[in-house]
Amino acid sequence: MTDVGISSLVSYIPKLRLLRKSITEANSWLAPNLLGKGKGTKSISNWDEDSVTMSVEAARRLLGPEDNRSYVDNLFFASTTMPFADRLNSGIIRAALTLDESTLCTDISSSLKCGTTALINAISTVQSGKSNYSLVVTSDKRKSRVASSQELDFGDASTAVSISNENIIAKVVATASISDDFVDHFRGPNEEFDYNWEERWIRDEGYLKIIPKLVTKLLEDNKINPSEIKKFILPCIFPKVPQTISKICGIDPENVVDNLALSTGDTGSAHSLLLLTHVLENSTPGEKILVCSFGGGGDAILLETTDLVNKFKNEESISSMLDNGIEETNYMKYLTFNDLVKWEKGMRGEIDRKTALTTLYRHNDAIMGLIGGKCSKTGTIQFPASRISVSPNSPDIDTQEPYKLAEKRANILSWSADYLSFSINPPNYYGIVSFEEGGRIMMDFTDVGEGEIESGKDVKMVFRIKAFDEIRGFTRYFWKAVPI
Amino acid sequence: MASGIKDKVAILGMGCSKFGERWDTSPDDLMVEAYIEALDDAGIEANQLDAAWFSHHIDDIGAGKGGTPMSVALRLPNISVTRVENYCASGSEAFRGAVYAVAAGAADIAIALGMEKLKDTGYGGLPATNYGTFGPQIGPSGSAPGNFAQLASAYSAKHNVSAEDLKRAIAHVSVKSHANGAKNPKAHLQKEVTEEQVLNAPMIAEPLGLFDCCGVSDGAAAAIVTTPEIAASLGKKDLISVKALQLSVSNGLESHHNTWDGSYFHTVRIAAKKAYAEAGITKPREEVSMMEVHDCFSVTELVTMEDLFISEEGQAVKDVMDGFYDSDGQVPCQIDGGLKCFGHPIGASGLRMLYEMYLQLQGRADKRQLKNPSIGLTHNLGGQPANNVCSVAIIGSL
Repeated sequence: MTDVGISSLVSYIPKLRLLRKSITEANSWLAPNLLGKGKGTKSISNWDEDSVTMSVEAARRLLGPEDNRSYVDNLFFASTTMPFADRLNSGIIRAALTLDESTLCTDISSSLKCGTTALINAISTVQSGKSNYSLVVTSDKRKSRVASSQELDFGDASTAVSISNENIIAKVVATASISDDFVDHFRGPNEEFDYNWEERWIRDEGYLKIIPKLVTKLLEDNKINPSEIKKFILPCIFPKVPQTISKICGIDPENVVDNLALSTGDTGSAHSLLLLTHVLENSTPGEKILVCSFGGGGDAILLETTDLVNKFKNEESISSMLDNGIEETNYMKYLTFNDLVKWEKGMRGEIDRKTALTTLYRHNDAIMGLIGGKCSKTGTIQFPASRISVSPNSPDIDTQEPYKLAEKRANILSWSADYLSFSINPPNYYGIVSFEEGGRIMMDFTDVGEGEIESGKDVKMVFRIKAFDEIRGFTRYFWKAVPI
Repeated sequence: MASGIKDKVAILGMGCSKFGERWDTSPDDLMVEAYIEALDDAGIEANQLDAAWFSHHIDDIGAGKGGTPMSVALRLPNISVTRVENYCASGSEAFRGAVYAVAAGAADIAIALGMEKLKDTGYGGLPATNYGTFGPQIGPSGSAPGNFAQLASAYSAKHNVSAEDLKRAIAHVSVKSHANGAKNPKAHLQKEVTEEQVLNAPMIAEPLGLFDCCGVSDGAAAAIVTTPEIAASLGKKDLISVKALQLSVSNGLESHHNTWDGSYFHTVRIAAKKAYAEAGITKPREEVSMMEVHDCFSVTELVTMEDLFISEEGQAVKDVMDGFYDSDGQVPCQIDGGLKCFGHPIGASGLRMLYEMYLQLQGRADKRQLKNPSIGLTHNLGGQPANNVCSVAIIGSL
């Protein structure tokens, strides 16, 4: 039987790292019990990022700049913080990635183990021969109450993993799952925040019982000696619990993978695979890696690295993203980004952001996929495409062919930093971006640091939230430019 | 080329309301204020009007849609009222409609009236609005200053002008307009400012500070036009006639094609060339006596000096700093204070520009009066640099 496994995986950690001390010090009068947790940083996304946009970013990095993405047969999106309860969230991601419409898109949600559950499902599609290439994207952007323990624990990130039967860097040895209605926390419909039960119970009756049972069964069923496990991944907000579990299971506690608690925090459903990215970016062939997750039971995936892992290298590795994070000390900025305080948005913020769904669908390729047009006669590239070409001396009719712009090189023609118009992160940077091969867009900039913007500077495209329609609960997406 | 409009239509009378924060004045009463002055100036009765054009940009905070607001406010004798809207160039568009109707012989006497009531928004600056259902899904949720400010970054890059030098030049543009506005009792802003004040004002959209932005005002302006023959038959002497009326509209080249460099107005150059040809002007720098241009922002005025072929390309900074466009310069610009200080009630602005040129040509501009002007040019622009409509009108003594 042909081996099935991971052919690639990439994580995305947003640039900003909020200093935990800035949270605990601001809230010390209210929650002095949390002062001890004021260590390290947590990754925080920009206001215009959510689980969908972060997943798109990780997937783009994985798929690379080539236009042809027709080989993706399946797309699984796993998250407990999907922006829509009823709209195919993975369908948004498919559109942004310009995957074929025949790609089977599946949303997997409702427990923190959904990232690994999606991975197990993706593995099954390839093992069963129904897919040659399945893509898993997982991300969370969890909201937490001010001055809560979760506020300090949670971080934002995403990971994309491709499962294939070719070019495998880590083959799947075995998978196992336990589904158990162990409610350590829950979030009811229309609730913003989790409701959490006592931590000692979660630790003793949850982690310390469910995970050893899961791991032991998987190892026994597949006749694997625990000592063979060279890397043991288990996201857990309780210190030392993964080490205790490893001892129970007979795995060397030294092989427990650091959970990045002090740099990113716990990134929810993305975290197991984020840690796996970190491991595979630094692995040698022949290593057995056990990836586990906890939530409504648990998942376990046993992998073994192949010779190809030696050649595996991400342009932006977890290590480089950790090194290049920008420390943020402004706790109020974090609260504002996440709409955790009632702040004065001004009358300009009152503009109706109702999205005409007919218009959105009519222009879906342009809005979601940043697909413009190329005139088959003159080669003129433009955005958006139009029946009559913009070419000044050759207004050809119906000559436009789809032309993908998201991965093309571009630079800034003109810009301004606008302090007047509404922005969640003022000033509002926008301007005209020209693509080197042709085409231009007046568009928003994002992730802009002071003094980072000037005419002629190169930019890259990112898929982000354009606006929230707070009246109707709709999130509008489009592409923005980031100076590089 | 068509024979053009030159000297086919004369201005019979004009009127303009006081511009500003007219808290106690309704849209209807703003219209009445401009209308009564224009009617008196023309020396005619309402029942002599054959047709009307009404320019009004933002109807939902103003007078509402259609031609009825004007007809009802002025109790017009059930004549045609055509509402026109073409961004901030709407006032010039109303004038164009009335002038063309007279030139065509469809009307003997026609009126163009523009009005905007911007101070019922509850906040300063122009209201934030949606433009269709597609635009807001991809375009920045920006503002007018943010759009026009981009001229500065592109102009600096193209002409290798330092940000500091450009900032000082556009500051001079505003200082000059404030000095002119201080002499205009109808202007919204009537205080002089110093270069230091302009340079140190709060930032609105880089590099534009508060004093680089025009006033957002309530106001109305009106023009009554007829043929020179009818004007003469009504006893009018020293007629002011229309020499040129041109409108150029972006077709997406600037915003969608990489040939435009962002530092100038493509449409202005086209409209200006056509207008000079229509008016028979071959050397605009020497022949144009004075101008009212669309100085919505100081940087707009600066680059427009080149696009109107008054300053050579790349030389506007020098001309501005040399005082070429000051009230005592060779081609005074914004002698009434411009949009900057007279104010910018959008639908009225194109007509307000013509109002000042008309007064100057008749020698009726009081403290602002220039010495023997013969040709006045108005430049009225709507939209934003990358996508706009531009009107260039030229009037002069018949």
